[in-house]
Amino acid sequence: MNKKLKSNLITYGMVLVAFVIMQILLSTGHISSLFKGLLVPICVYVVLALSLNLVVGISGELSLGHAGFMCAGAFASAFFTKCTMDTITVSGLRFFLAILIGAAVAAVFGILIGIPVLRLKGDYLAIVTLAFGEIIKNVVNAFYIGLDSKGFHFSMKDQFSMGMEPDGQIILNGPQGITGVSKDSTFIIGVVLILLTLFIVLNLIDSRDGRAIQAIRDNRIAASSVGLNITKYKLMAFTVSAALAGAAGALYSHNLATLQASKFNFNTSILVLVFVVLGGIGNMRGSVIAAVILTALPEMLRGLADYRMLIYAIVLIVMMLFNWAPKALEWRERYLGQLFKKTAKEGK
Amino acid sequence: MSFLSYLINGISLGSVYAIIALGYTMVYGIAKMLNFAHGDVIMVGGYAAITMMMSLNANPFVAVLVAIVVCTVLGIVIEAVAYRPLRNAASPLAVLITAIGVSYLLQNVVLLIFGSSPKSFQSVVPVPDLKLADGALTITGETMVTILSSMVIMIVLTLFINKTKAGQAMLAVAEDKGAAQLMGININGTIALTFAIGSGLAAIAGVLLCSAYPSLSPYTGAMPGIKAFVAAVFGGIGSVPGAMIGGILLGIIEILGKAYISSQLADAIVFAVLIVVLLVKPTGLLGKQIQEKV
Amino acid sequence: MKKFGKVLSVLTAAAMVAGTMAAPVAAEDTFKIGSSGPLTGPAAVYGNAVMNAIQIAVDEVNEAGGVNGANFEFNPQDDEHDAEKAVNAYNTLKDWGMQMFLGTVTSAPCIAVEAEAANDNIFLLTPSGSAVDCITGGDNAFRVCFSDPSQGTASAQYIGNNGIGEKVAVIYDSSDVYSSGIYGTFQAEAANQPFEIVAAEAFTADSKSDFSVQLQKAKDAEADLVFMPIYYNEAALILQQADQMGYAPTWFGVDGMDGILSLEGFDTSLAEGLMLLTPFSADADDELTKNFVAKYEEKHGEVPNQFAADAYDGVYAIKAALEQSGATPDMDASEICDLLKVGMTEITIDGVTGVGMTWSADGEPSKEPKAVVIENGAYKGM
Repeated sequence: MNKKLKSNLITYGMVLVAFVIMQILLSTGHISSLFKGLLVPICVYVVLALSLNLVVGISGELSLGHAGFMCAGAFASAFFTKCTMDTITVSGLRFFLAILIGAAVAAVFGILIGIPVLRLKGDYLAIVTLAFGEIIKNVVNAFYIGLDSKGFHFSMKDQFSMGMEPDGQIILNGPQGITGVSKDSTFIIGVVLILLTLFIVLNLIDSRDGRAIQAIRDNRIAASSVGLNITKYKLMAFTVSAALAGAAGALYSHNLATLQASKFNFNTSILVLVFVVLGGIGNMRGSVIAAVILTALPEMLRGLADYRMLIYAIVLIVMMLFNWAPKALEWRERYLGQLFKKTAKEGK
Repeated sequence: MSFLSYLINGISLGSVYAIIALGYTMVYGIAKMLNFAHGDVIMVGGYAAITMMMSLNANPFVAVLVAIVVCTVLGIVIEAVAYRPLRNAASPLAVLITAIGVSYLLQNVVLLIFGSSPKSFQSVVPVPDLKLADGALTITGETMVTILSSMVIMIVLTLFINKTKAGQAMLAVAEDKGAAQLMGININGTIALTFAIGSGLAAIAGVLLCSAYPSLSPYTGAMPGIKAFVAAVFGGIGSVPGAMIGGILLGIIEILGKAYISSQLADAIVFAVLIVVLLVKPTGLLGKQIQEKV
Repeated sequence: MKKFGKVLSVLTAAAMVAGTMAAPVAAEDTFKIGSSGPLTGPAAVYGNAVMNAIQIAVDEVNEAGGVNGANFEFNPQDDEHDAEKAVNAYNTLKDWGMQMFLGTVTSAPCIAVEAEAANDNIFLLTPSGSAVDCITGGDNAFRVCFSDPSQGTASAQYIGNNGIGEKVAVIYDSSDVYSSGIYGTFQAEAANQPFEIVAAEAFTADSKSDFSVQLQKAKDAEADLVFMPIYYNEAALILQQADQMGYAPTWFGVDGMDGILSLEGFDTSLAEGLMLLTPFSADADDELTKNFVAKYEEKHGEVPNQFAADAYDGVYAIKAALEQSGATPDMDASEICDLLKVGMTEITIDGVTGVGMTWSADGEPSKEPKAVVIENGAYKGM
């Protein structure tokens, strides 16, 4: 068994073990309502962190607009569910289709945005992804779509410009977004989505294409001189990442009774980036762990009342320094490293 | 006539973006980091000034000076505690995320001290409004002072960087840290000075922002910070005159977009223009094109 | 380094599992009220107002001997004005043993929490969630404030009936549920009224400091009245900028406008002549309002706004409904909810946001908005 496969299996195993522990706790009722409610959001953020890590860690591009893809997936899937509420009554099948549609729509956005954007480099690419994320949010905020006996009505101004029949139903109501989406997301579906995402991402990394993507990351000019099609491979990573973020969006939108575009702002994009950087750029297992910890942390700190977000900010800064500062790494190696070496030896 | 009026308003808004972007671009150009906490330093500057004026009844001029001192010290402390340890980290993203942590920290500290209620800011600008064409066009005193300040700051910064020894040291550090160190330049000192100047500028920007749009809350700095970041990229990040031009253009585009296309989609229009500009000129309006070598 | 990472993750996992364990909820002799609202983030001002007011009302009730012989216990939670966090806050409160939910403060999170609360059959009374959907998820939900449609319609009717404007401009926040909701119904009702909407200009949360374009358009369209279904903070900026450009129409606001006179540092002479429909005015001279405003000012150093007033009345509505239905603190949340559903429709209370307030089974309050105009820096009834 080679080292990489072993490492991948540990990652899958970790998710499965966490799932089994949670299931046991759930079935025996030893779990707080808070944590029960957090399970699906944690799955959403884990998938998002993995998908962004594909762009940031493997493809080496900084994206600050990941929430935009999540937004596209969330709205497309919620829209689909609202429209087919009466026609597809099997909720499992409907949700499966909704996730597929969310992923597909986000992938289309990924391609559309990726083609122009990937010509840019570094911070300029980062700001253009930020711009696209904000555009998606702003445009969805101005959308009104209604459905009545005559079919779909659409407006970019307000709900009255649609000219709906009285029997009509407004599906997407501008800033008020979509309300009343059926709550189809479950922890099991979330975990399956995480495993699927891990499978896609880890396999992509180890494939011929993945190696090409990483070669371009390490040296663009050298990669292109050996005949790698830079645009194609960059676009591939970007699109797969967008599709996965779209699927996470679908999971998100089917977990709450309300969905507003304002959620998918710059701060959400940044939050996902925080997971990726804290967990280790290019390190998928780290992304999973960081997403779980940082999603649960603010909730765990609720006892601090007014000081909650202050402490959260301090913990974030300290964790970053501890994980990334060369001095801190040296210190860890010297003191903690020995400690673990000993325990590892004894373990053998 | 209304077009002229929109144009003037665009320049007013743009001048505020420009003065924030100057600090942004200064720090980026030298330290090569996106300081996402810059907007929050601006907010702290606003609070420092308002506290001096409202609680201690200080003269506006004194208040501005105090704000500059507070922000300068804050900038130096932030750099030393949160950014310096990460300067040689394996990825430049580490310090970006830490900057976001600092941004959260500043917002929440101010929230705890001053509370969440927005405060209305008394303008520190003693210049009266200029009315043209029988009052149909108004150029506010704040606008004139902001534009003048950004011009002065732009010229002084350019002179400082190009003509003084400390400025030359900054350029050297920006170009190549290792070589600069070998030339006997104190890297830590130079970068600390950069943050000190950038944060001092943030205080001036904060006071002028709050004078032009007199509303101050712990989250006041966040959005102008992002917009100024956009302005800095627009003009070519790292370029001091570029930040000025980028800021003014951004303001004009935002206002004209609101006026002639759609007020709901104004933000989307601003960002769409930014994307088009970057696709045509991938390093911004005045950015340097760096040739990559193999 | 790697090993350290492993050990760290195992430790964290263990800590997490420990943290997930449900604590047994012991039966207590107090009524537990929970609430959530934005206590951090850009909307924090509204959440803090609500929590402060609830605490004042809860203390008053407890000092006066409590409800059915039991005291209230209050637990405020932060939801950052985010639906997902609001559900987390709600679940935290459930773990605490909450019996009644007096929240959420803002509309969008309220819709998400109401879906959960309807499912759990926990009583929900939102002080200020004004979107229609906030209380349509189940029969367990009520609200203290006016709904968005009732405010929009009432404003249009008031302007039409009193003939205070012929050409009306609207400036609203198109990224906000509350503001765009009121604008929507205002526009629908305007079709039946003698005035005409000549300009409808939006702004968004990302660009809400410069209003020159919106004002210029209103001015160019010769609007003689500007309707502003927005919060007072942005309204203050609009008034200042209109003053600078020499534009002085009649200004008309709704309940979110309340608070403009107590905005720190604001030149109240700019608000002279501003009309608003509000259920609450901090200057009212009835005993209830005077008492509430005095206590709030003493504790928090500022004048309470409409959010605080709605929350204050919410506590007294719950108290009245508990007394009406004879609920006792040893009942579980679901039993109390079933009693309160009926109890709420049977009570009539006099509060700071209205006299003789009653509730219908669909959760809507019935009270009259008061039209006031600002004269000499104070509200005056019209």
